[in-house]
Amino acid sequence: MPDAVICPIQADVDVVQTRQQGRNLAADAGFSAGDQTVIAAAISEIARNILMYAKRGEIELRAVTQAERAGIIIIARDSGPGIKDIQRALQDGYSTSGGLGLGLPGARRLMDEFEVISNGNGTTVTMKKWREARA
Amino acid sequence: MEVPILKQGHYLIASIQSALTDADLMQLRESLVARVGKFRARGVIVDVTALDVMDSFAVRTLRDITHMARLRGAETVIVGIQPEVAFAMVQLGLTLKGVATALDLEEGLAFLDTQARERIDRA
Repeated sequence: MPDAVICPIQADVDVVQTRQQGRNLAADAGFSAGDQTVIAAAISEIARNILMYAKRGEIELRAVTQAERAGIIIIARDSGPGIKDIQRALQDGYSTSGGLGLGLPGARRLMDEFEVISNGNGTTVTMKKWREARA
Repeated sequence: MEVPILKQGHYLIASIQSALTDADLMQLRESLVARVGKFRARGVIVDVTALDVMDSFAVRTLRDITHMARLRGAETVIVGIQPEVAFAMVQLGLTLKGVATALDLEEGLAFLDTQARERIDRA
């Protein structure tokens, strides 16, 4: 498996395929079975967010090594309407789609680093998980 | 991929075999709710042992199945949630409040039997 892969997100099958790719990449990077599941779940939530709010977009999955640690970076990009109030979108239970409102805050809890950039031209969510982040 | 649904006595057993798309999950919901009536089922078991991820949509659909089946007179129990999946669900903040769960198929059947007995006792 290559170190980076870009997965288009435009249908519900892409959600399943992308989280499977993410799990494989995490396994190759040496993540535990528990962390692989956590990474797959986070990918599932942000992929679902793309479908729900932007209809289409892409998710880039990348294995990284930084200093002493190895990890995985997940970048979700779309050209949708953007998130008006990022602070609120990161709050538990806040949803404008009638969903559970767990997408972004849930994914954030699962990852070590989480960043959202959003404007009228779309949204980019970058999240990272490190292998040695927790003892 | 369609989820096979087996009929065993008064119970229906849906045994998920692989990862499911949202459309698959919705189809499972429709066919279970329909079959509760068709087979006059008293209990439903959804075996999720093969699911390696449960996200918010999967959890919501399982909860919907439970509530819809209950409205049709059948109790539902979800069996086989894997330890890693449970861990990720808790981190995500996903709960299955109001939904019965059991370790595996055997425990699920035992749970439904107990429920059925209690129902007879009440009557």
